[in-house]
Order: sequence, then structure tokens, then C-alpha cells
Amino acid sequence: MRVFTLFKEIMANLVHGPATRKYPYVRRPDFPGTRGRLMIDESKCIFCGLCARKCPSDALEVTRKPDQMWKFDQYKCILCAACVEACPKKCLRMAPRTEKYPDEE
Amino acid sequence: MSTIVPFGPQHPVLPEPIQLCLELEDERVVSVIPVVGYVHRGLEKIAEKKDFIQDTYLIERICGICSFMHSMSYCMGIEELMSIPVPPRALYLRVIWAELHRIHSHLLALGLLADAFGFENLFMQYWKSRERIMDAMECTTGGRVMLSSCCIGGVRRDIDENQKKFVLDQLKEVEKEVTSLNRTMMEDYSVKQRTVGIGVLSKEAAYAQGAVGPTARGSGLVMDHRMSGYAAYRELAIEPVVETAGDCYARTMVRCREVMQSIDLIRRAFAQLPDSELKTPFKGNPSGEAVIRCEQPRGEVLYYFRGNGTDKLERLRVRTPTFANIPAMLTMVQNCQLPDVGVIIISVDPCVSCTER
Ligand code: SF4
Ligand code: SF4
Repeated sequence: MRVFTLFKEIMANLVHGPATRKYPYVRRPDFPGTRGRLMIDESKCIFCGLCARKCPSDALEVTRKPDQMWKFDQYKCILCAACVEACPKKCLRMAPRTEKYPDEE
Repeated sequence: MSTIVPFGPQHPVLPEPIQLCLELEDERVVSVIPVVGYVHRGLEKIAEKKDFIQDTYLIERICGICSFMHSMSYCMGIEELMSIPVPPRALYLRVIWAELHRIHSHLLALGLLADAFGFENLFMQYWKSRERIMDAMECTTGGRVMLSSCCIGGVRRDIDENQKKFVLDQLKEVEKEVTSLNRTMMEDYSVKQRTVGIGVLSKEAAYAQGAVGPTARGSGLVMDHRMSGYAAYRELAIEPVVETAGDCYARTMVRCREVMQSIDLIRRAFAQLPDSELKTPFKGNPSGEAVIRCEQPRGEVLYYFRGNGTDKLERLRVRTPTFANIPAMLTMVQNCQLPDVGVIIISVDPCVSCTER
């Protein structure tokens, strides 16, 4: 009969301190290539609408007439990066979670 | 006189909503009625509305814990319908990500089991190790849970040398940590008191009721669909992990040993990783019928496809492993004591979102 089998790990954890971070103050940096947020470089976009056609969750809306518009609903996006692959002008990219949108505080 | 006690849909041991109406005689369960349908999302119907390439991302969201395996099975099905060959490197990368998923799913299940019998410390230690696997997945694919790295005809991303080193380093740490935690799971007196001889499912009952995965293997059935050699499993020679007792302890042992097996598999897959293209380009739309089976952490998943030559599938049907395990789970719960019900259910590792889609 074996008891207290976890004793060694518990002692080790007491010495090593917590495994978690103090979250809002200490943030883990994202890995390179993390799909955190969708960003666009509007100056390059030609409003072809391919990204909107590929998007599985209808998060994108592109119109040419009467106004050129590229509209993105952040809360519908599932961060699959299908639009990034579809864009012929390579103006879309996946940014880390910490990057801010242009109109964000 | 018997009493009916509703177990779930909100219950501390259940990670997902399923209800079992337990008919009790004193503390003994005499009969069980399952009630499902709390998280039905109609994914099969949405899959008929989106085109088959968009479905890859949709199908991945059937389950958060075996997401990669769902997208892999889906892609395998479409590849079969359209006769698309998959490059060898993509097959190996699929195995690597699928096995990472198996490890994290099993560590999650082992942690939840520890939580179900009140061993909080063990639960947190397992989840601490699991976090390393999540990091390995984010590092290689860009997503912690939804890898979205499988696509029709191959994979979307490669694993470079730095990432490979990171994954192998994490695996080494996980192996060290999990070996010592597994010792507690296997040998500790208090753990054994809660699992040995509880919720016994005989080999015959497991077979008759169509149990799959660790539930079937814990009862002595040798069935692991990886043995059929889909993806790169043919070259990796799988030895299924089988226990014979059929109780909660046996099912747990299967999971403990499969974590180690998966770590070994990933190492071998990295060692043999061939150089080739990542994906085969394709044109056209799927037509005809196909059935695909895959081994997920909880057992065998079955996909049925029917395409009609348009870009939308006519029918997509998914039979997930938990769905197959529910009858076996009800057999186990019968005649057990009320406090054991939680442990028995978690030992099957039910994934209710999968079941209801
Ligand atoms: S695919 Fe690229 S260029 Fe075309 S509308 Fe979308 S963002 Fe603009
Ligand atoms: S990342 Fe995916 S869901 Fe988000 S906008 Fe692009 S295609 Fe749509």
C-alpha cells in the first residue's frame, strides 16, 4: 500500500513558486505566427472581394460601388486565416493578440 | 421505494452538459435514463450550406479537444472522394499534430478524473503538463485549440527546425512530469480505492454495445483504428494499448500508457519526417459517397460524405466516439453506488459537444 505518492512533486512545487503568471501585469508573448488578430493594409487593397468569398463565417464584407469598402466584423471572425491565404495583393496578415486595431484605444 | 435523482446537466464533475436520470434504491443505482441535447448546434446542417473548403474550418469546431482529428478526417474523406494524393510530409505532419492532440486530450481526461475523486493537486499537475502541449501546438500552428493547419490535399504549415526543437523539448519535460504523475495515478492507495473494481464493463458487453477507444481497450478489446494505417501510421507501426480488467482503473491505465505511446510516436515521426511538398493543388467538386474512420482520443470517429458535383456537400454525417460509448457508460453506471457515478462517467471521458454536434 503506497500513500503520499505525490509528496515529492508537492514539495518541489512549494520551492519553485507558482507555474502561473500574474496575468494582467505579466503577459506571455505570442509565438511568431500566432493567429491573434486580422490586420489589413488598406493602401494595398484592390477591393476584389476574394477574402469575403473565402471567409467561412461571413465576417468580411467588401463592396466596390458606390463606395469602396472593406468591412470586418471582429466578433464573427474565427481566426482561420483563409482570407490571408486568398488575398492576391497580400495586404491581409495575422498579427499577435497584443497588437491594437487602428481605431482601438 | 426508489428515488429519481437528476445527475447533470450542471454538475461539478461534468465538463459538459449531459443529464442522467438515476433511479436509486438507497444508494444503489438501479436504472439510468440519459438526456442529451443541451449543446446541439446543428453543425451537420450548416456544413451543407457552406462550400466544402469552408467546411474544413467548420468541422474542426465540432470538438475543442480533438479539433485537429476532426479536420483531418474530413480532409481525408474529401481527398478520397476527389482522389487527391497527399504528399508524404503532410501525412507525417498530420500524425504529429494528431498525436499532440491525443496527449493533451488524455492529460485533460486524467486531470478531470483526479478532480472527480477530489484529488485537486493531481488535477492541477496534469493540467500544468498539458499547458506545455498547448504551447507546442501554438508554436507550430498558430492556434492553441483550433489548429486550422489541415487542409484538403495536405497541410497549411510546415514545422521548421526551431519549432521541432521546441516541440521535442516540451515533450521531454512532459514525459518527465507525466511519468511521476502516472505513478500516483497507478499506485496511490486513495486513487485505487476510488477506481479499482468500479464501473466494470466486461469484454462481451463492450463488444455487444459497440464501445470504442480507451473504453473498449480497457475491457480487453484489441481495437485501435490507427492499426489500419491511415495517414502515416502505416510506417509507424502501432501497438495498441490494452488492459483487461474493464474497470475505471483499467481505462485510466490505458490513457496513462497512451500518453507515453504518443510521445514516442511523435519522436519517431520527427525522426522519419520526409521532405516533400506540403499540399497537392486540386480542382473541381466532390461527387459520390465515402466513409472514413479515424482514431480519436476517445475512440473511433466515423464520417459519411455524399457529394453531388456542386461545391456544397449533399450530406455529411459524423458519428463521434462518445455517441458510441454512451450505451456502455449506462451499463457501467448500473448497480454502482451514487458517489461513484461521477468517477465512472469521467473515466469514459465523454465529449458531449462532439456527440450532439
Ligand atoms: S482579397 Fe485582399 S485585395 Fe481583395 S478585397 Fe480582400 S483584402 Fe482587398
Ligand atoms: S480569419 Fe477566417 S473568419 Fe476571420 S475574416 Fe479571415 S476568413 Fe473570415
